[in-house]
Amino acid sequence: MVQGGLQVLVKEGLRYRGREGQWTWLLHRLTGIGVFLFLALHIFDIFLMVFGEEVFNELIFLYHQPWARVGHIFLFFGLLFHAFNGIRVTIMDFWPSLWRYQRQGVWIQTVIFLAVFVPSAIAILMEILGS
Amino acid sequence: MFEALTSVRTAEQRMERSSNFELFAWLFMRVSGIILLVIALGHLFYMHFVVGVTNIDFALIAERWENPFWRIYDTFLLFFAFTHGTNGMRYIIDDYFRGGVRVTLKLLLYLLYFALMVMGTYVIVTFRV
Repeated sequence: MVQGGLQVLVKEGLRYRGREGQWTWLLHRLTGIGVFLFLALHIFDIFLMVFGEEVFNELIFLYHQPWARVGHIFLFFGLLFHAFNGIRVTIMDFWPSLWRYQRQGVWIQTVIFLAVFVPSAIAILMEILGS
Repeated sequence: MFEALTSVRTAEQRMERSSNFELFAWLFMRVSGIILLVIALGHLFYMHFVVGVTNIDFALIAERWENPFWRIYDTFLLFFAFTHGTNGMRYIIDDYFRGGVRVTLKLLLYLLYFALMVMGTYVIVTFRV
């Protein structure tokens, strides 16, 4: 039983209205789960190297398909958000005097995130459309 | 039945109070996070925009592992990324599950961690063409 865990997460998430701090907390959690699941899969696929060239190449071509490349855009989104949000949290943890600027921190982080994510996503999209 | 649940919880709480494990885990998340900022994002951008995902195949990875630098890099990446991720999943399980479900999920998580760490380290360290 989930004991209403996920339901509580969504319901209370909508009700609580914690604004920037709460939304980034929720996204940090969700992107963390997403990156973890991809990482588990990725360790497994690299392990397939032990079975030799034929087996590995037969399966790795899946990552070259357009739908997998769209998945890569989600991976960029998740990993970049998690990374920049994690830096903000770490900075706040070590310098508590900055807490009063945490809302501004979220906006600075968002600008940096978009500056890295948007060009990356466009580059991947152009590659997909070009191939 | 409830006694069993309560005693598990007290045992957990007793353990939490008597060791610095949670403090160490908290610090590890910060330190590994900063390391991963360099090596995980570095890996992502290098593989996507320098190497190119569609160029990755058996031959390319075999050639990559000719160089001990990449074997060491990949081992560190595996350890820090998967340990950071597993500890994060542990936090999430603790937040949303209780009792037997919590114990079972954590056991499965640690089994997955152990299995994939062994598999990943094995292939990176021992791979020969």
